[in-house]
Order: sequence, then C-alpha cells, then structure tokens
Amino acid sequence: MKQVLEGSQAVAEAVRLSRVTVISAYPITPQTHIVEYLSDYVADGTLKASFLKVESEHSALSSLVGAASCGVRTFTSSSSQGLALMHEILHWASGARLPIVMAEVNRALAPGWNIWADQLDSLAQRDTGWIQLYCEHSQEVLDTVFLAYRLAEAVSLPVMVIMDAFFLSHTYEPVDVPGQELVDRFLPAFEPKFQVDTDDPAAFSPLVTPNFYMEMRHNTAKAMEESIAQLAEIEENFSNIFGRYYGPVEPFLCDDAEIIMVTSGTMTGTSRQVIQELREKGEKVGLLKIKLFRPFPAEIIRKTLGSVKKVAIIDRNFSFGAGGIFAQEVRAAMCNLSDCPQIFGYIAGLGGRDVTTDLLEDIYWRTKKSEVPSGESIWMGLQEENHAVERS
Amino acid sequence: MLEIRFHGRGGQGAVIATVMLAKAFFKVGYQVQSFPVFGVERRGAPVEAYIRADKKDIFIRTNVYTPDHVVVQDRTLLQSIDATRGLKQGGWILINSPEPPPDLRPFAGFKLAFIDANAIALRHQLGTRTQPIVNTSMIGAFARLFKTPHITAVAEAIREEVPVEAEANTDAAEDAYNEVQIVGMIEGRNVS
Repeated sequence: MKQVLEGSQAVAEAVRLSRVTVISAYPITPQTHIVEYLSDYVADGTLKASFLKVESEHSALSSLVGAASCGVRTFTSSSSQGLALMHEILHWASGARLPIVMAEVNRALAPGWNIWADQLDSLAQRDTGWIQLYCEHSQEVLDTVFLAYRLAEAVSLPVMVIMDAFFLSHTYEPVDVPGQELVDRFLPAFEPKFQVDTDDPAAFSPLVTPNFYMEMRHNTAKAMEESIAQLAEIEENFSNIFGRYYGPVEPFLCDDAEIIMVTSGTMTGTSRQVIQELREKGEKVGLLKIKLFRPFPAEIIRKTLGSVKKVAIIDRNFSFGAGGIFAQEVRAAMCNLSDCPQIFGYIAGLGGRDVTTDLLEDIYWRTKKSEVPSGESIWMGLQEENHAVERS
Repeated sequence: MLEIRFHGRGGQGAVIATVMLAKAFFKVGYQVQSFPVFGVERRGAPVEAYIRADKKDIFIRTNVYTPDHVVVQDRTLLQSIDATRGLKQGGWILINSPEPPPDLRPFAGFKLAFIDANAIALRHQLGTRTQPIVNTSMIGAFARLFKTPHITAVAEAIREEVPVEAEANTDAAEDAYNEVQIVGMIEGRNVS
C-alpha cells in the first residue's frame, strides 16, 4: 500500500520486511533516522532482531562481520566520517565474502563540518570490494534493499545501498510498501554458503601466503564481475513480482540524442524535468542515470554513450588532483572507442549545495556551445573565493 | 505544481505540519513531497519546511525558491525573516496572529489571512502558554483558504501523525478552519 514516508523510514521498512536478524549501528551524528526507526521496530517487537548499539562505526561493522560469519542476515547504516571510520572493516567484510547490506547516506566529509549531500564518502570506498548502488527516490531505495540482499547472498559480497542526505533521507513522499508475503516470495530466508558452526568446526581468516592470496583476490574479482549478470536476473524476478524495474543504468530519452547528460542520485530526478523541458524546445538531449557504480557497468555505458557527440557528466564529488569520480570512470570506459565523444566533467552540489534546474540547464547549454571541454573539471556555481591558506 | 513554504521556530512543529499537510494532499489524490530546510535543528531558531503537491509525478528534488503560498507559524519571525521571499504575486500568506500586521506594505501584491492559533492551541491545551503547539491549527486554517485538501482529509492526516491527543488536535484544526480571518489581496504596489 502506498503511504507517505520519510526516505529514512523507507529503508527501515525494507530492512524490517527483509527479516534481518542482526542490526548494529553507532546512533550519533552523522547517523540518520534509519537506525532510530529500526531500534523502535526491535523494541516494540515489530522486527525480531538483535539491535547492537555500539560505541563506533568501526565496531558496528566489526560486530556484523562476526554476526554474518555465523550465517545470519545483517544490516547497518552510516555516513561520511562514520563510513570513513569503517574503512578497515569494509575490506574485511568483502574479503571474507560476507553478504552484509549497508544503507549509506551520502554526507560530506569534514572539515568543514557538514552533514549535507556529497558523494565523496562512499566513492572514497570504491576499492573496498563492496557493490555500490546509487538511488534516485525513496521507492527505489526501498526496492533496492530487497535487491541488495538477493544480490549479496547470491555472489557472497557486501552491498551498499546509497542515497543522498536530506534530498532523500529527510524527504517525505509516497512509497509503496509491499506486504510481507510478497517480499518473502522474492527474498527467501538466507541460506549461508559457509558459517561458524560448532558441529562442523573450521578455521576462518588464516594467514594467506603469496601462494594463495592472488587467487583469493581473483575469486572476489570474478564474483564482482558476475554480479552484473546476477543483478539482471534478480531484477527480472523482482519486476515480475513487483512490477518495477531500475537496471544498472537507465537511459532516458537517449535514442536520437546528440548530447547525453550523466547523473547519479537525486539530481537525476531534477535532470529528468530539465531534459523534458529542453526536448520540448527541440533540443536533442538525453540522460543516462548510473545506479550501479561497483562493479562499473562499462559495457552498457559504452553502448549508450558511444554514438553521441558529447557527454556531460555531473559529479557531486571531487577527487583532489584528478576530478569528478563518475567522469573519470566513464572516460576510462570509453577511451578505447575509435570515435570517442567529447566528455565534459562538471562538478556541482558539493556539501549539499542545491543542484537546481537553472544550473542543470546551464550545464547543457555550455556543453552544446563548447566544441571541447575547457578543462578536466568545470566547477559550477562557485562564488568568489580566497585561495590563500594563510591568515589574512 | 503547488509549492508551499512554512516558517516556524524549532520545537513548534513546522516540519510535522508540512508532513501532515502532505499526507492530506496525498489522501485526495496528489503526488507529494515534503521536507525541512536542510539544516541543523535547534529549539527556537527559525525553521523552514516545504511541500510540493501535484496531480502528476514530481521529479524535481531541489529546495523551493518561488512558493505559491507561505504559512508563518510565529509572527515574531516577521521582524527577522523575509516571509515573502520568492512568493509568487497573488500568493497567500497565512500568519499566526490575533490581528493583522500593523504595517501591510510588505504584503502588497499578496493575499493575506491570519488566525489566532496560539489562542486555539491553548483552548485545546496543546503545548504551554509560552510554547503553544500551533501546527494543527495552521493546517486547519490552510484547508479553509484553499479548499484542497478538504478539512476532513486534514483531520485524518492529523489523527495518523499525532495519535496522542488526536482529538484535541483535530478540534483545533476545525476551530482554525472556522475562525481564520481572511483579509484578501493587499493593494499598494504596482504589479509589473
């Protein structure tokens, strides 16, 4: 039934319906309402799970590594500095092939202290072996939690379900919350491929010498690769049951487009409106939403973007000394094409600054009017600033 | 698409007001979005919250810059904030006040209404004399000005959102619905 929910509650509802057994979280800033709702559900018996209130995000994920090793379904959520503190254990979770699911609310890293939307926190964890899915609206967030558990358990890798702070986490909108029966049909009980079991003792996490380490990594690499095909299969099953489909990427009005804008997260919704308006004015413009970032769906991106003249990638993140991270990845995916489009990288919306319809339109017209990009990264909407680091 | 901005102070329930009103709009067939101005919550500090409502799907996810209507939950805010910032010409401004503002010039070009929500809240023992809970009165008055969502949908949304003291809150909304003072269009500025 459709109801008006806060984005954070949409996550909590999905976790409840996924029959998660162990939730562990550090409940203080930069945490969001997600774990508040879940602790209520556990306290009032709506969700039969253990809720571990730990003293840090490092411990939150460590305790889930323990719980998941015992073969149960687990959940945590975090943001910005909290996710950064989990960094060491993020590697551990994927290396140990544990299907942990985390809701990651994109919040900017400090300094300066800022709790607003910015993707650098999760993108800085791109090499930790976690599958990453970036969501556009609350319905997608709720649905993606179900997809995440199926995918994580199919390929034995942890998954981050990622959503913009405030624009999604604190926004109320109608969400279709399915009944338990329907969710159970899609997401059966977790059957671990391995687990700590006193009746079947085994050693976990031994020293892995150079003779085996590389094969172990290669196995994880293969599981990552396999997750693209797995996700396609799982989504087909999902859409048969729920009638909704998202895909690893979503092309929107791309068929005859000469310029394609590339977005992720909530700016995608605003871009849909802008692109429709530009289309009504006769502009040949399309949109490519990237949802799956790890593994990076390079092949399908090449297919969608390969034949256009120009691509404008909008990044709500910045890697110092390199550029917008989605732009880097798209460039790397395209570089061997014989007729590569001109790729424009735009930086916008850092630290929660609004990505408005005017700004998105401006990006389109700049891209149309320029033959080649004026630089690696074009920062949008900057105010006058003082670069000096000394006290003046 | 309809865009509405609520002004209040931290602790007065402006954010919950927008959630209740969004739920009421949803009940009568609208797509909705409601969200607070994205900031840090402090008691007593000026707070803004927004609603979008449309018969079509809502894709935009930005702050609201040019609201169709504005609701001010605390008239002392009028001295410190620009309540009509970005307000569309001819839009309503609904103020919690026992009387019209002494100086009407800032409201020229807009439609004005006021409601003594503090008195109504106290009548129904919502909050305290120093901090009356006025949000349900404000959305009751809103329902009178706009007809949509109807007061019954507003009352239903209130009952869902504040199950504790639901009766007092829906009564307050209905009183405000009946008692809102409609001044209407304030002339005096050349509308260009």
